[in-house]
Amino acid sequence: MAQHGGHQPNHGAEGETRRDFLYLAAGGMGAVGVAAAAWPFLRSWSPAADTLALASTEVDIASIREGQAVTVTWRGKPVFVRHRTADEIKQAADTPLNQLPDPQPDARRSAAGKPQWLIVVGVCTHLGCVPQGQRPSETRGEFGGWFCPCHGSHYDTSGRIRRGPAPKNLEVPPVTFLTDTSIRIG
Amino acid sequence: MAHGTPPTQLTNPLMRWVEHRMPVFAFMDQHLNKYPTPRNLNYFWNFGSLAGIILVIMIVTGIFLAMNYTAHTDYAFNSVERIMREVNYGWLIRYIHMNGASMFFIVVYIHIFRGLYYGSYKSPRELLWILGVVIFVLMMATAFMGYVLPWGQMSFWGATVITNLFSAIPVIGPEIVVWMWGGFSVDNPTLNRFFALHFLLPFVIVGVVILHLVALHTHGSNNPLGIDKKGPQDAIPFHPYYTVKDMFGFAVFFVFFAAFVFFAPNYLGHPDNYIPANPLVTPAHIVPEWYFLPFYAILRAVPDKLGGVALMFGAIAVLAVAPWLDTSKVRSAAFRPVYKILFWVFAVCCVVLGWVGAMPAEGIYLTIARIASAYYFIHFLVILPILGKVERTLPLPTSISAAVLKQGSGMVAGAPAEKP
Repeated sequence: MAQHGGHQPNHGAEGETRRDFLYLAAGGMGAVGVAAAAWPFLRSWSPAADTLALASTEVDIASIREGQAVTVTWRGKPVFVRHRTADEIKQAADTPLNQLPDPQPDARRSAAGKPQWLIVVGVCTHLGCVPQGQRPSETRGEFGGWFCPCHGSHYDTSGRIRRGPAPKNLEVPPVTFLTDTSIRIG
Repeated sequence: MAHGTPPTQLTNPLMRWVEHRMPVFAFMDQHLNKYPTPRNLNYFWNFGSLAGIILVIMIVTGIFLAMNYTAHTDYAFNSVERIMREVNYGWLIRYIHMNGASMFFIVVYIHIFRGLYYGSYKSPRELLWILGVVIFVLMMATAFMGYVLPWGQMSFWGATVITNLFSAIPVIGPEIVVWMWGGFSVDNPTLNRFFALHFLLPFVIVGVVILHLVALHTHGSNNPLGIDKKGPQDAIPFHPYYTVKDMFGFAVFFVFFAAFVFFAPNYLGHPDNYIPANPLVTPAHIVPEWYFLPFYAILRAVPDKLGGVALMFGAIAVLAVAPWLDTSKVRSAAFRPVYKILFWVFAVCCVVLGWVGAMPAEGIYLTIARIASAYYFIHFLVILPILGKVERTLPLPTSISAAVLKQGSGMVAGAPAEKP
């Protein structure tokens, strides 16, 4: 392309010209514009307001007797609420941390001041199956907690991984005790 | 340019490898860079690229809307309201799409009238013009079906009225309508098929647009003088001259577009469409979207069901044969003093049709609609054929450069003749 306005000292040491500058400036503005226009579209994939509004779940736990467990839905995923027996609590508390692939004391996983309540997300940390052990008829694995049938991960009575391919303990969701018999998950 | 020959000496080995197997760089160089374009195009030639960018915007926003829309009579209305209230930036995406339809028609109507004024439809661009009319018809079908999807009162009754047009077909009309509905009224099967077609047709439009561009690039753009390019001094390369001009047009047009999206998003729509569809109650004043009003006026002007439908479709069909109805050898209205006046009379006629299309079909409005409808067809079927034979046209310039540069020297920046 022909160079215009030959009077200015156009060709710098590196051969930059006014046109190079204009190309860069216009291209830069164009890139900013495209990014700004793309943002609302990318953002539209994030959880919508109505989805976020359902992001917490309230559960009445008065009817769950000792030794029983219920499964509730929170953010589209199962959450295990287990009313543990004294034996189960002792078993979890007495396990030496050096025997755990993902060491975590039971006191940091069960509800604060209420060790009988264990609330964990019922999704195996291996590949996302739902472990068994909630119903009396289901196996609870070798450590009395949960057993994932997909690839054989064993969880203990604190929901911690003990054996199998899962890398981490079952996730503990944020839980608030609204009253002694009512909790809010999330 | 021979195929397989790099347009410039490609230094990048990967580009050379690709070019040898598929000459994309030569193609782009030929059609986006060097493409010789008349040097005298005015801003009316921006509206083709504007239509193109709006088509892209409509497809992108449409795909993101489809990700949140539910094509079921029980959920459609609420799913659209959910897009407006719950989905992040859903209001923005929907308002762009909604107003984009109107913008598309504004731009395409100006594009069509530019073609009529400067005789762009004449030989050798008849096929280019017909492909344009095909795009226009596809656009109307797509816009109509899109308007049905929110499943408001106007959606439902618009769908009912427009599909009932086909009942005017003698003998088999009623069966065709039942077939199109997939039932005995506009209902869930209708909504489902309209959604599928509304998703499909824009991509068909893309296909016809590509053909439109192939035809365009065969003989190049017409120009305000309506005379052919006679040499390199009449043309300038597409890049940077028209890339920059098109970009500038985009920027100005986006301001206009954004003004609607952000400050008057429902100005061009109808409030009744925010009432959920009710098959038992027709709204008192049912009018189509503004871009259909002239055709709607022609439909209502005829006191006969089949006649009205035939004339309405005929009003579009007559556009397609304009290249053969116009017998004048001179393209541009700049050199046709009588046509120049009658063009504007025709343009006013179309605006009048649009206006009466929005008015009640009674009294003085009906009379005006009948006069304007008759004139619409007289323009094409009587004036264009006769005027071409009797009009004394002005002398044409010897070349584009002679007219534009006065001395016809071609000594202006960017003329390909200057390039080594």
